[in-house]
Amino acid sequence: MTSVSVRDLSLNFGAVTVLDKLNLDIDHGEFLVLLGSSGCGKSTLLNCIAGLLDVSDGQIFIKDRNVTWEEPKDRGIGMVFQSYALYPQMTVEKNLSFGLQVAKIPQPEIDKRVKRASEILQIQPLLKRKPSELSGGQRQRVAIGRALVRDVDVFLFDEPLSNLDAKLRSELRVEIKRLHQSLKNTMIYVTHDQIEALTLADRIAVMKSGVIQQLADPMTIYNAPENLFVAGFIGSPSMNFFRGAVEAKDGRSFVRVNDVAFDVTTYPAHTGLQPGQKVVLGLRPEHVKVDEAREGHEVHQAVVDIEEPMGADNLLWLRLAGQSMSVRIAGQRRYPPGSTVRLTFDMAVASIFDAVSENRL
Amino acid sequence: MDNMVASNNTLTAYDKGPGRITAGPSGRKPRRRLSRRNIIVYGTLIVVALYYLLPLYVMIMTSLKGMPEIRVGNIFAPPLEITFEPWVKAWAEACTGLNCDGLSRGFWNSVRITIPSTIISIAVASVNGYALANWRFKGAELFFTILIVGAFIPYQVMIYPIVIVLREMGVYGTLTGLVIVHTIFGMPILTLLFRNYFAGLPEELFKAARVDGAGFWTIYFKIMLPMSLPIFVVAMILQVTGIWNDFLFGVVFTRPEYYPMTVQLNNIVNSVQGVKEYNVNMAATILTGAVPLVVYFVSGRLFVRGIAAGAVKG
Repeated sequence: MTSVSVRDLSLNFGAVTVLDKLNLDIDHGEFLVLLGSSGCGKSTLLNCIAGLLDVSDGQIFIKDRNVTWEEPKDRGIGMVFQSYALYPQMTVEKNLSFGLQVAKIPQPEIDKRVKRASEILQIQPLLKRKPSELSGGQRQRVAIGRALVRDVDVFLFDEPLSNLDAKLRSELRVEIKRLHQSLKNTMIYVTHDQIEALTLADRIAVMKSGVIQQLADPMTIYNAPENLFVAGFIGSPSMNFFRGAVEAKDGRSFVRVNDVAFDVTTYPAHTGLQPGQKVVLGLRPEHVKVDEAREGHEVHQAVVDIEEPMGADNLLWLRLAGQSMSVRIAGQRRYPPGSTVRLTFDMAVASIFDAVSENRL
Repeated sequence: MDNMVASNNTLTAYDKGPGRITAGPSGRKPRRRLSRRNIIVYGTLIVVALYYLLPLYVMIMTSLKGMPEIRVGNIFAPPLEITFEPWVKAWAEACTGLNCDGLSRGFWNSVRITIPSTIISIAVASVNGYALANWRFKGAELFFTILIVGAFIPYQVMIYPIVIVLREMGVYGTLTGLVIVHTIFGMPILTLLFRNYFAGLPEELFKAARVDGAGFWTIYFKIMLPMSLPIFVVAMILQVTGIWNDFLFGVVFTRPEYYPMTVQLNNIVNSVQGVKEYNVNMAATILTGAVPLVVYFVSGRLFVRGIAAGAVKG
C-alpha cells in the first residue's frame, strides 16, 4: 500500500526547472531519506509534498487521496524544520497545542495528545518553558512533538539535525529511529548527511539537480552504487576512483591505470567489459587489505603518504598508480609515513563504471 | 609510560599556579585615562553636545524670564526672577487671529490628528508588509515597486490633486481629511519597513504555522505580531514625530479651527501685531516640541529593551 505517491511532478520557478517529471512511491510505514547536496531539489520536493510550494505540473497522492491542490493542514502531514521553527513567544505547551487549537479540537483531546507526545519525547518538565530557555536538542524534540500531536500518517523532516552539534545529532538520530519503530508512520526525511541517511533509511533516494539518481535500500546504495555520482557521494572518505582502460589477457580481465593493472576477473560483471573500454574503477577504503596477502589476489606495493588515526580506525593515504588513495585499517595498526605496504583488492565488492555514461557496469 | 609522566607534570604545574608568575607584563594591560585618543574622542563629543544643547538652554532660560529682564539682552544669563507666566500665556492665552485660547487648541487638534493617523497607517502598513513578505501573490513585486516609487514623488506635486480629491470626498478642511492624507503618505516607507522586517524573520516559522493550519490572519496576529514589537515601536516613533511635526499638510488641508499645533505655533511666533514676546514664543516652541521629545525618550528605551529581550530571535 502506498502512503505517498508523487507522479510526474514538475516545478519551475520562471525559466528555472527545479524538478522535472519526478516519480516516487513511498510505502506505508516506510522511512524514506532524500539525500543530496544543497540545491539538489530535495527540500523543494519535500515542500511540494507538504503543500508549502505549488507544483507546476503532476500530482501528489497521500494515502491514495489526491492532495495536489490541498492546503498543508489538510494533507495529513506533520513537519519538522531545520531551524526548529518554534513560536518564540509561546511556551512549549502552547507550541504543541497551537495547531490543534487552530483546528478547533476540543480542549480535553488537546490535553490528551499534548500529554502523550510529551511523554513519548520526554519533554514533560519543559512544558511551561519558552523556546529561548531550551537547548538545541530540547527545541528539536519539541518540534518533533508538534508534528506528533497532529496525529498524522506522514512525517516530513527537513534536515532536522543539521543545526545540532555532533554528539546531540547522533543521540537524536537514534531517537528518531526509535520513534519510527514504535509509531510505524511513514517518514520522509531530507538530509545532506550520508550517515543519517544510511542509519535511518529503509530506502534512500539520492538526488542530484532535481533527478533521483538511485532509489534503493542503504546497503545497495553503499555496495552497488548505480552511477559515479552516487558512488562518490556515499561513503566517508570517498570511494577511490581509478580512471583506466580495460585489457584482456590469458582469459583474465584487467583495468590498466598508468603503470598498474588491476585484476578485475572476480568482478561479478567482468564478462561485460570490452577490451579498450574506458572505465572508472571504484574501490572503497575498507575494501583494500594491507599486508594481508591472500590466495589468488595480486599484490600491489604502495608508499604511505599520510596517516590519520581516528581511534577505532586508522586511515592511510597512499600513492598508487600515480594518484592518491585512502585505505581504512584497524585503529591499532600503525604505519608511519614513508613505510611501504602491500595491498590486495577485493574486486568482488568493487564498482566499475563506464567512463562516458558514468553508469555502473 | 611517556603519557603518564606528561600528565603528572601538568597536574603539578596547575598545583603550583600562583608561585609561577615571573617579572614582566602580567594580567590586564593598563590603559591611561588621559591618553591622546580619549581626549580627542571625548573632547569632540562634549563640544558637539554643547553645540546642540545651547539653543535649548537659551530657550528654557528665556521662557522663564519676564520681558523687562529679556530686554537687558544677556540671553545666556539665568533668570534673576523665575516666572511661569510666559508658559501659562503660551498654553492658554496667546492670540492667533481672533482666537485667544493659546496653543491648547492646536495641541488637542494635533492629538486628534496624530493618534488616528499613526494607528491606521501602522495597522495597514504592517499587514501590507506581511502580505508582501510572506504571501508572494501575483504582481506583488510590481505593487511594491509602485509603492516605493510613490515615496520619491515630491509632496508639492500632489498637493493640489489631493485638495480636489478631498473636496470631492467631502472631507476637505476636516480632521478626517488630514488623517487620510497622513495615512496615505506614511504608507510607502512604513510598508518597506515592515516588509523588510517580516522578510527577516525565519521563513520556516511561517511554514510551520501553515502546516499547523493557521491562515492569513491567524499567522499575522498569533505568530508575526508578537515577534514584531521592536519594529512597531520604530514605526510609531517615525509616525508620531513625522505627523506631529508636519506643517505643510496641516496648513493646506485644514481650516483655522483645526490647525495643528505647529501651524498655530507659527502664527503665534510670527504675529506682527504688538511687541515680540520672546519668553512666550520660547515657551510655546518648547511645548510644541515636547511631545516628540517624550516619545523619543519613552519608546527609545522600550525599543532597546525589546531587542535586548531577544524578541527578535527565534
